[in-house]
Amino acid sequence: MKDFAQRALDTAMASGATYADVRAIDYRQRYLSTKNGQASGVRDFESQGLGVRVIADGAWGFAATDDLTREGVDRCAAHAVAIARSSVLAKRHDVQLAPEDHVVDHWASACQIDPFRMPVSVCLDLLLKIDAELRGVKGVTLAEGSMDFRRTDQLFLSSAGSEIRQVRTQTGAGYSATSFGAGEIQKRSYPNSFGGQHQTKGYELIEELNLLGSARRIAEECVALHKAEQCPQGVKDIILGGAQLGLQIHESIGHPIELDRVLGDEANYAGMSFLTLEKLNTLKYASEIVNVVADARPEHGPGLGTFRYDDEGVPGQCTPIIRDGLFVGYLSSRESAVTAGLGKSSGAMRADGWNRIPLIRMSNVSLLPGAGKFEDLIASTEDGILMETNRSWSIDDRRYNFQFGTEIGWEIKDGKRTRMLKNPSYGGITTEFWNSCDAICGPEEWTLWGTPNCGKGQPAQLMGTGHGAAPARFRNVKVGVAYGS
Amino acid sequence: MLTRQRVQELFHEVTKYSTADETEATITSNHYALTRFANNTIHQNVAEDATYVSIRAVAGQRTARASSNKLDPMSIRRLAESALELARLQPRDPDLLPMPGPQMYRAVDRLYPETAVLAPEERAHAVESVIRRAEADHLTAAGVFSSGASVTALFNSRGLKAFHEESISEFSVTMMGGSASGWAKKTAPSHAQLDPDGLADRAARKALGTADPREIPPGRYTVILEPAAVLDLLGFLVFDFSALAVSEKRSSFTDRVGQKLFGDRIKLRDDVFHPLHLGAPFDGEGVPRQRVQLVEHGVVKNLVYARSTARKLGAEPTGHGFPLPNEYGEAPLNIVMDGGRHSVDDMVRSTERGLLITRLWYIREVDPYRKIVTGMTRDGTFWIEGGETRGGVKNLRFNQSLIEMLSSVEMLGPPERAAGEESFEMVVPPMKVCDFNFSSVTKF
Repeated sequence: MKDFAQRALDTAMASGATYADVRAIDYRQRYLSTKNGQASGVRDFESQGLGVRVIADGAWGFAATDDLTREGVDRCAAHAVAIARSSVLAKRHDVQLAPEDHVVDHWASACQIDPFRMPVSVCLDLLLKIDAELRGVKGVTLAEGSMDFRRTDQLFLSSAGSEIRQVRTQTGAGYSATSFGAGEIQKRSYPNSFGGQHQTKGYELIEELNLLGSARRIAEECVALHKAEQCPQGVKDIILGGAQLGLQIHESIGHPIELDRVLGDEANYAGMSFLTLEKLNTLKYASEIVNVVADARPEHGPGLGTFRYDDEGVPGQCTPIIRDGLFVGYLSSRESAVTAGLGKSSGAMRADGWNRIPLIRMSNVSLLPGAGKFEDLIASTEDGILMETNRSWSIDDRRYNFQFGTEIGWEIKDGKRTRMLKNPSYGGITTEFWNSCDAICGPEEWTLWGTPNCGKGQPAQLMGTGHGAAPARFRNVKVGVAYGS
Repeated sequence: MLTRQRVQELFHEVTKYSTADETEATITSNHYALTRFANNTIHQNVAEDATYVSIRAVAGQRTARASSNKLDPMSIRRLAESALELARLQPRDPDLLPMPGPQMYRAVDRLYPETAVLAPEERAHAVESVIRRAEADHLTAAGVFSSGASVTALFNSRGLKAFHEESISEFSVTMMGGSASGWAKKTAPSHAQLDPDGLADRAARKALGTADPREIPPGRYTVILEPAAVLDLLGFLVFDFSALAVSEKRSSFTDRVGQKLFGDRIKLRDDVFHPLHLGAPFDGEGVPRQRVQLVEHGVVKNLVYARSTARKLGAEPTGHGFPLPNEYGEAPLNIVMDGGRHSVDDMVRSTERGLLITRLWYIREVDPYRKIVTGMTRDGTFWIEGGETRGGVKNLRFNQSLIEMLSSVEMLGPPERAAGEESFEMVVPPMKVCDFNFSSVTKF
C-alpha cells in the first residue's frame, strides 16, 4: 500500500497541488447476530482503497478510489487536483492551515485477544446462550444479540513529510429483550442500547462485560415494565446512569464544541452550534463541579475516540473543554484553528474510511469523575428519578433544546430506590441543564462508553466516539415531557 | 462505472471459485461526486469510485455473507471460501429457503449518462450562481450539489440474473440571514431536473420571510407540513409494514392489520415503478418488486414480505426483502401517498391560526407502539393568522403520535418527489393537520 500511497502523493504534487495528504486503508469488519434462537446475521466485510486530499489554487479537492493500479492511483490523484481547481469557481478565500510538525511513527491500539481469531462458533454460542436466557423469561417476545469487530489499518502520508501507520482494533457487543403486551412495546438492553458497549479493544471486552450473567435480570425488567407506573410529568431531580449520561454528553457538549459547526460548515445538514466564538472562556457552561475533556490519548482509556494521530497527522491530545464549569475549548482542525484564531489544531479530524474526507469529530469527550459511590448518590436524593439506558434522543440544530427517553426509570424517595417507572423522559436547554448538575459519582463508577454510529457530513459519515461518565444528578429537570399533551 | 461485461466476468470468477451448495453474488459499483458549500464558498469537494462483490454461500441450511472490494481472482477465491467457512460455523436454520431461480423483471430506465459523469466545473458554476443569489440579499448560503451513478447486479447458482443501473443527483441549500433561515432540496435521476437557482430562490424567500422570529407558547396547533416534513415523519412508519416485524411483535401494526388506524383520506402504497421513484425492480434476493397497497382509506390493508417471511406466514413474497442474512426481513422503500387538490397556498388561506413548516430535524421514536415521535422544526417555520403567513416563529419541539396525526389530516395537496434528511425519498403531498402537539420551544 505504501507504494501506491506514495505514488498518489507524488502525482498530486506533480499535478499542481501545493499540499497533499493520502490515507491508504485496509479495513475489516465481522458482524454476528442472533434473534429468537437463530443466527440472524453472519457477515464479513472488507474494504481497501485510498483517498487523496489536496489544496490547489487555494482550494480543497478530494478523490478516492479502490482501483489500486498505477493507472487508477494516478487518475485518482489527478482528479483530486482537478476538483480542487474547480472549487476556485466559487471561492471567497484561500485555505490556510495551522502549522504542524511532520511525524514518522507507527502505533497499534492494545488488543489482548484478536477478535478475528475467535472462532465464530464460540461467539455465536455465547449469543445463543444469552438468547435462551432472555427467552426463558415469560413475556419476552423478541430476543436479539450481536457482536461487532472492526480493524482499521491506515497509512497516512503528507507532502509535509509525515508517514504515520496506525492500526486500531474495535470490539462491541450487546443484546436486548423486547416484550409486547397490553398495547405497548417495552425493551431492555445490556450493557447499552443500540448495539451495546464498544471500545478500542480486542475480544477481552466481551469477557469483561458479564453479558450472560446479566441476561435474566434484563429480561425480567423488560417484562416488569408493562406493570410499572408511567413516569410522572413535572419538575424533578434526576440521576442519569453512566450510559445515558454518555449520550447526553455526546449531544449537548460533544457536538456543540465542534468548530466546523460553530463556523457554519455544517449549516445545511448536521447544523450549527450555539457556542459562538465570543463564548470561549466566558460562558458558564455548567456548574462548578463539571469538568469535561476531549481526550484522544490512549492513557485516557480504550475509547472509540482513542488514537495516536488524527487524520491530518496531528497528535491526539487532551483538550480541556469545560473547566470548573467554564467553557474553555473547542474541537478543531488545522483549517478551522486558523479561521478561529486558535493557533493550533486540537487534533480532531477523523474520516470514515478511505473514501471520505476527515471532518472535525469527537474523540473521547468525557465528564471527569467527582466523588462518592452510586449508593451514596441515591442515599442523598430526597425525591427524584433514576433514568437508565437510552431509548430516544433528539436535539435542535444549534444544540440548545434536547429531549431524551430512557428504557427504564426508578423513583427515588427519601434516599431509597423505590418503584419502577416506565417510559421515562426528560428535556431542557443545554446550559441550564448542565448548570443544574450538583453531584457526580467518583472514579469507581466511571466507564468509558462507546457511541459507534455518530452521523455527520455529506456524503454521510459514521464515526465512533467515546464518552467517559459516572452517574450524576441534575436538579429541577422537566420530566415526562415526551408524553405531555 | 462497471460495464455489463465486467459484471459477467466477476460473476464468472465467483462461480469458478465457489464450492458452496448454493452461491449468490451481488455486485455494486458507484461513481459519486459531491460539491459542498458554506459561508458562500465551496469548502469541500469530493469524488469516489468503488466496486464491491458480496458473496452469500449456503452450506446445508446455513448461510453467511462476505463482501469485499478486492476484485483480483485470488481475492475473489478467498472471499468465496470465507463466505462458505462462515456459513459452516453456525447452527442450522430450519427456515432457510433454497435460492430463487430465474425471474422476469419489468424494465425501468433510470440512467442519465450526462449526470453520471457531470464535471466538477458544472457543479461549481451552479453553486457560484446560488452564492451570488445569496449575496444579493445579504444572505449566507450553505448546501450540496451531488451527482453520480450506480450499478447493482445480482446472480445466483440457480440461474437468477438481475441488473440495474441508475444515476442520481441532489441539490440542497440553506439560506441564512441573522436569526432566520430557509431551506430547499431536490433529488432526481437527472441533474437537469434540479433547478438550483429555483431552489435557492425558494430558500432565500423563506429566510427573508422568517426574519426576527418571535416566540409562541408550546401547545396544539394546526400545522401545514410541506412534503419534506411529511416524508421525514412517514419514514418512521415504513419499517412497521414489514410482515416479519409484525410477526415478531415489534411493529406498531401488531394486532392492527385490517383495522382502520388513520383517517379516510390516507392511502399509501409502495411502487418502485412510479415515474418519480428511483431504485431497482428487484429485492435483495433478486425477487421482482410488486406494487403493494399498504393503506386504503385509513385501513392497514397489506404488509410486505420477503421470501422467508412469506413462507413462514403463508403469504406470497412481494419483493421487498433485504439481502440475506439480515435481522429486519423486509420494508417498503418506494412509498407513494395519494394527495388532494389543495395547494399549500390554499391550506394557508383556510387556516385561522397555525404554522407552516418547511422541514423537520432530529426525529426519533419515543414510543414504538403508540408511534409517538419527537423532533424539531427547522429552517422556515411560519406563523399563520387570518389565512396569511405572518413572519417566522422560533423553532419548536414536537411529541406527536403519527397514528393520531394521520387521523387528523384536513387537507392534502398534489404529491411530489420529496427529499428530507431523516428518511429516504418518497412521493408525498403537503398536508394540513389539526392538533399537532408541540411541547417546548428553543431559543432561535
